[in-house]
Amino acid sequence: MAEYSAFSLLKNALTGNKDWKPAWRKSDPKASYDVIVIGGGGHGLSTAYYLAKEHGITNVAVLEKGWLGSGNVGRNTTAVRSNYLLPANTRFYEHSMKLWENLSHDLNYNVMFSQRGCLNLAHTPGQFDDLARRGNAMRHLGVDAELMTTAEIARLVPTLDVSGSARFPIVGGLMQRRAGTARHDAVAWGYARGADRRGVDIVENCEVTGFLRDGDRITGVSTTRGEIRAKKVALAVAGSTGRVMQLAGIETMPIESHVLQAFVTESLKPIIDTILTFGMGHFYISQSDKGGLVYGGDLDGYNSYAQRGSLPIVDEVMSEMLALFPGLARVRMLRSWGGVCDMSMDGSPIITTGPLPGMYLNCGWCYGGFKATPASGWCFAWTIAKDEPHEFNAPFTLDRFYRGLVIDDKGQGATPRLH
Amino acid sequence: MLITCPYCGPRDVIEFTYQGDGNRERPQPASQNLDAWNAYVYDRLNPAGDHNEIWQHSGGCRAHLRVVRNTLTHEISSTAFARGGHKSTARHKAEGKS
Repeated sequence: MAEYSAFSLLKNALTGNKDWKPAWRKSDPKASYDVIVIGGGGHGLSTAYYLAKEHGITNVAVLEKGWLGSGNVGRNTTAVRSNYLLPANTRFYEHSMKLWENLSHDLNYNVMFSQRGCLNLAHTPGQFDDLARRGNAMRHLGVDAELMTTAEIARLVPTLDVSGSARFPIVGGLMQRRAGTARHDAVAWGYARGADRRGVDIVENCEVTGFLRDGDRITGVSTTRGEIRAKKVALAVAGSTGRVMQLAGIETMPIESHVLQAFVTESLKPIIDTILTFGMGHFYISQSDKGGLVYGGDLDGYNSYAQRGSLPIVDEVMSEMLALFPGLARVRMLRSWGGVCDMSMDGSPIITTGPLPGMYLNCGWCYGGFKATPASGWCFAWTIAKDEPHEFNAPFTLDRFYRGLVIDDKGQGATPRLH
Repeated sequence: MLITCPYCGPRDVIEFTYQGDGNRERPQPASQNLDAWNAYVYDRLNPAGDHNEIWQHSGGCRAHLRVVRNTLTHEISSTAFARGGHKSTARHKAEGKS
């Protein structure tokens, strides 16, 4: 599958780039499939890829309402990490990390996964103790974590204000060196090509408008491109889960849709070669290979499907950036955008069979969906193929909220805007 | 986004605290109906369109408000005090009640 070699690059350059094979076919939907995956984002595409690769299920359609990768897979800040406190999260995200580490080889597509580390800052001794506790919990489960002193942090990120006169002086941090960033569009394209080459139909501009039913059982979907039947219908529509579940007659879910903004500055020389998170607010920043600083903060804080944010959060995020990096005050912001997140009631996702017969549900990614892309698809494909969860996603049920089994890493309770 | 508080008039959104889905009904404190408690704590209507929600003017008069706001456009069509305000019937429909 060496589709992009030095030889093919040269050959196509000489022949006017007319003969490149498209990365995926523009499929028209067939009348029926074994599995329909609703949602052509990272999670839907990786689900289709692992269904074909790991379980030999290739009679699969991925239905995407817009163009491929137009949703959150292209709107996130590309951070990949597995630095969680609770074992269910740590095991799942560490599985994802291991898939990330081999993803470019697996897909034969360069997703530019760069393990530049993720450093969480602490600004009080209590917070530093809390990071030590989390680091210990991670190491207990075989995940790398190390505490860093302020002097070590100053050497790693010289532009950071580590002085005692900073608004929130830095007392230390927790580093996961295997964390990093990836090129998010390439992740979507690589999974799409991998699924396509194994026979999966990727159908773009095909919006689901309703579900076909036989009693309670879901037997297919009606779409803007006609009715399509399937033995199994899998939802990977995080951000729009509320909307799509309403089409199935389920009005309430333990999920709220919120808008999260992200920002990028003009290109700069390399100044930050890790992912950095602020401890006295919600702020994270990394630098793209192109040189732009990519950063974000809190949700806007109220239900929204608008894919655009409001000014108070812009103001807050910029203040947080300047609290850490006063030297960036004159850097110009190039773009800002918003993506709609499924905020679940405990901050953890849902990957499960049901809730209706014939339906499979993957949702509730809050703002951690990108790093989960490989494991989410891997576990969801397992769940669809075998009609039972893998041990990695077994805790992420829909009914955990009603059985006292919430997985609340931050301990915030059922207030989604705080997760 | 501006929210028009019935006491204070139009104020910037940063003065308000969002309290979410305004269709939820809190069971009586002594209620042992677990389904009702679960629904109150965890289940949310999450429409793309008009949403009936509770906000508190925490940076102002501290009144709790019932706001109908469109989640696609952020346009606010009505604001009233939470107590005695308008209430959507969608949840009752979903549960098959009257």
